[in-house]
Parts: sequence; structure tokens; C-alpha cells
Amino acid sequence: MASENRPLSPHLQVYRPQLTSVLSIMHRGTGIALSAGTLLLVWWLVAAASGGDAYADVKAFWGSWIGRLLLLGWSFALFYHLCNGLRHLFWDAGKGFDLDAAYRNGWLVVGAAIVLTVVAWVWGYSSMGAL
Amino acid sequence: MSLRSPLGKVRGLGSAKEGVAHWWAQRMTAVALVPLVIWFVASVCAMVGSDIGAVREWIGTPLVSILLVLFVIATFHHAQLGLQVVLEDYVHTEWLKIASIALVKFAAIALAVAAIFSIVKIALR
Repeated sequence: MASENRPLSPHLQVYRPQLTSVLSIMHRGTGIALSAGTLLLVWWLVAAASGGDAYADVKAFWGSWIGRLLLLGWSFALFYHLCNGLRHLFWDAGKGFDLDAAYRNGWLVVGAAIVLTVVAWVWGYSSMGAL
Repeated sequence: MSLRSPLGKVRGLGSAKEGVAHWWAQRMTAVALVPLVIWFVASVCAMVGSDIGAVREWIGTPLVSILLVLFVIATFHHAQLGLQVVLEDYVHTEWLKIASIALVKFAAIALAVAAIFSIVKIALR
């Protein structure tokens, strides 16, 4: 049954990305990143239960530039995955599925994720008394 | 040749039976995580810069402890369901696929237990 001419699924080297496909793979990518980010959540909780020295290590890591960069990435990943996850739930209910709507709510998700990330960081820095 | 009837093949695998258990669990944990994530992120934003005493006091508040445990369970259940699908899609060597999925599931359980134990320890101190 082997045939040389069977249609192939999108080939990455010749496939022109569109918003819909980029957002789709980003949902996966952010999901994987957030799974890795759970290590930080667990580290934080275990350190809080362990004591002052362990907690000071967590705080020092978050305060470092690499820690902040990771947190920035993870916070955007979280808000993106949250917003796009809601988009998926609407799709599961059969809403917002036609092409125009998929583009509209796709851009809405990107905008909402950026706005929420900015809000969270402004809030965080103002809690610290840095603003 | 299979001796199973067409009905038998479909039962348990087709629509609305155990065949969608994974898909459904991913949706249900997603729905649960929407309010839990918003609550958790907002709480953390409000606590940035707090010392360990304030953080422990917050974690130890009964309502917060309960919500945190729910958040941890929903997060790790959702994460391992999602990572399983990713590994099933991209890892084509059978033993490696099974081993990596098993590793993800063990890690999810271990991390969730570590997180829940820490929350309970702080709450009961």
C-alpha cells in the first residue's frame, strides 16, 4: 500500500506559519515550560516549610536577574496558557470556531496575556515598595 | 484476527466511555485551575517581598491551605496529562515513550506530595 504521492502533514521547512498555528504550538510550549516551572513552586513551598536559610536561598534566586527573567517568562507563559486554555474551552463548547473568530480571539488572547503580565509585574513591584 | 465483536471494540474506547477519560480530566482540571490560578497569582503578587513569617502565616490560614492543596493537585494532574500527550506525539521509540511517560507521572506525584506535605507542615506548626 506504500505510495510516494500521499499527502503529508504540514512540513516544517516549507510551511508558512499563521497566527492560528503559532498560537497552537505556543499552547504546547507554554504548557511544557509551566510544567518545568512547577519545580519553582515546589521549591518555594518546601523552603517555606524548612526554615529561614532555605527560604533565603529561594528569595536570593528570585532576586537575581536570571531568576527574574525566568519569572517573567513563566508569568507570561502562565497568562498565555490560561487565556488560550479558555479559548480552547470555548472551542470545546463549539463557540468561536470559524476562521474570522479564531483570528479575532487569537489576537485577544495575545493582548490579554501581555496586559495581565504587565499588571502582575506592576502589582508585584508595588507590593515590594519598589514603585 | 480478532475475535472481539465490533460492539466490543467500540465499547470502552469510543465516544463518551473511558476513551475520553483523559480528555475529560484535562478539561475538568483546566476549569478548576482557572479560578485557582487567578487566586494564586494575585496572592503572590500581593506578597512579593514578604518575609518567611508572613508567607508561613498566609500558607497556614485554613482556607489558604485548602485552596493551595487543591491548586497543587489540579496543577500536577493537569501537567502530567498534558505532558503525556506531548510525549505520545513526539517520542516514537516505544520503550522510550513508555519510560518517559512513567517518569513524568512519578515526578508529578513526587512533586505534588512534597508540595502538599510542606503546606500541611506549615498549617499544623
